[in-house]
Amino acid sequence: MSGENLSEGISVRGVSKSFGSIIALDNVNLEVTKGTVTALLGPNGAGKTTLIRILTTLLFPDSGTAIVSGYDAVRDARRLRSIIGLAGQNAAVDENLTGRENLELVGRLYHISKSEAKARSNRLLSKFELTEFADRRVKTYSGGMRRRLDLAASLVGNPKILFLDEPTAGLDPRSRMALWSVIKELVKEGVTMLLTTQYLEEADHLADRMVILNRGKVIAEGTSDELKSRVGGSVLELRLGEPRELEQAVKAISGLTNGGIQSNSESGIITIPVVDGTSILVSAIRRLDEAGVKVSGIELRKPTLDEAFLSITGEGGGRAGLKEVV
Amino acid sequence: MTKDSRTNQITRSVAFSITDVLLMTKRNLLRYIRVRELLVFSTIQPVMFVLLFAFVFGGAITTPGVSYIDYLIPGVLIQAVVFGSNQTGVGLAEDLSKGMIDRFRSLPMARGAVLAGRTLSDTVRNVFVVVLMLGVGGLIGFRFQNGLPAAVGAIFIAVLFGMAFSWISAALGLFVKDVEAVQTAGFIWVFPIIFASSLYVPVETMPEPLRFFAQLNPITVAVDSVRGLALGGAFSPPIIPALIWGFGIIAVFMPLSIYRYLRISKESA
Repeated sequence: MSGENLSEGISVRGVSKSFGSIIALDNVNLEVTKGTVTALLGPNGAGKTTLIRILTTLLFPDSGTAIVSGYDAVRDARRLRSIIGLAGQNAAVDENLTGRENLELVGRLYHISKSEAKARSNRLLSKFELTEFADRRVKTYSGGMRRRLDLAASLVGNPKILFLDEPTAGLDPRSRMALWSVIKELVKEGVTMLLTTQYLEEADHLADRMVILNRGKVIAEGTSDELKSRVGGSVLELRLGEPRELEQAVKAISGLTNGGIQSNSESGIITIPVVDGTSILVSAIRRLDEAGVKVSGIELRKPTLDEAFLSITGEGGGRAGLKEVV
Repeated sequence: MTKDSRTNQITRSVAFSITDVLLMTKRNLLRYIRVRELLVFSTIQPVMFVLLFAFVFGGAITTPGVSYIDYLIPGVLIQAVVFGSNQTGVGLAEDLSKGMIDRFRSLPMARGAVLAGRTLSDTVRNVFVVVLMLGVGGLIGFRFQNGLPAAVGAIFIAVLFGMAFSWISAALGLFVKDVEAVQTAGFIWVFPIIFASSLYVPVETMPEPLRFFAQLNPITVAVDSVRGLALGGAFSPPIIPALIWGFGIIAVFMPLSIYRYLRISKESA
């Protein structure tokens, strides 16, 4: 990562922020390289939105520095605002204006000329498939349409850096897919993006890198594959023929690993984190056979991002195989 | 940086600030035009008050030297703009709850434009309401009796007080934040100062402690000014105190609101 790229991207150093006695961010460090997409993941209250608000000049940090595209989020706030776009958690569009009026208003407030604001609005309306509804009041828009319009509004100023705070929260799957494809297109155009999400699938789909926040701290970061591998090698998944034999099965294989076995009594699925997968696979089958438990399916696979996330944010935050980021 | 380019830059940023305020004003006025219920109800209410007081209570209230309708209408102008100013805080709380304020604050627009645009659009609406009240008053017999310049002065004082109360409402909206709470809070503190004033009845008819309050009440000062300017004769308008109150309220609540606006956010208190 060259210094030049850094200054064009996002650089957060030692940022802390408290609200009264609640510590929202605790010494957070974060780097986003120009032209890449980073997802901020974490449970509710982890500090994702607070970080976005600091980077978009809506909040001042108590300590630390936040540099976005070379501008300090506190000292150069005014200049910073002209090169960023923000789509917050609510679709922040005016219900009493039409879609077109919303975009033109935001464009004018970025201080671009009237004709340029019109031209960009037209382009964005067509890009987000809103042309047909451009002259209807937003009041009549569906949730998905509002989100698309909100995203369009965050782009009217041709931002170098785009911040999306839970861009698809509350959308139905179809609208979410539609929004994803729009975001992917922006990514192809080289926009630097920081997005927050509670959906791991979304982060996996859209982001180059992920940063996991928990209780105001960065507890892990890396690519999707890196995070998955931190759970520790692979996962052995056993599907029992008879879910009621679960207890018996767990007992039979419990000696194979030192803990980490998860089982679901309804589906009859047992998952075991494993390091040397193949040898355990063989002994697991032998032991279950000896115990007389029928196995209907067996799979040795990489952990899913959900498993990685649960293992990283759960109580076992510092357990073996997981490098703590300080 | 040369002096010239500096001047240019300042000129540009002043021009941008004015554009920002006008854009926000236009946006808010469109809301009044498009949400018809808002306009209809915010104008029906003062009209209803005029008719109720003129005809239900009017016969029972004696006013010195003038008909009750002549006495009432100047007061109703103040009442209409003060009640109407509640919309400023409600509008801001709504923008806050919908994330609009976050969006505006993340844009490179002039810092005070959201608030200035809001109070300016509410002032435009107040002018409209004042003209409407005068029309209704005219229909039931109200006439300006002190010449055109004094009539313009009366309207000016009414609009100034509307603007002053808009700034109070703006601060209230930004501190209370919840739309419905702002709506209720805005009326609760306004009712006593509207009724315990010379707006509907001469303060001389009130019991001692209340009369003392009513005489100090800025609403009394505003109403007496508008009434004196409109009717002349025995009513001498306390114009200087009215201007001091009007501009004084703005001088306190405008900076307070802007200070609050620049630090506000939806989640954090």
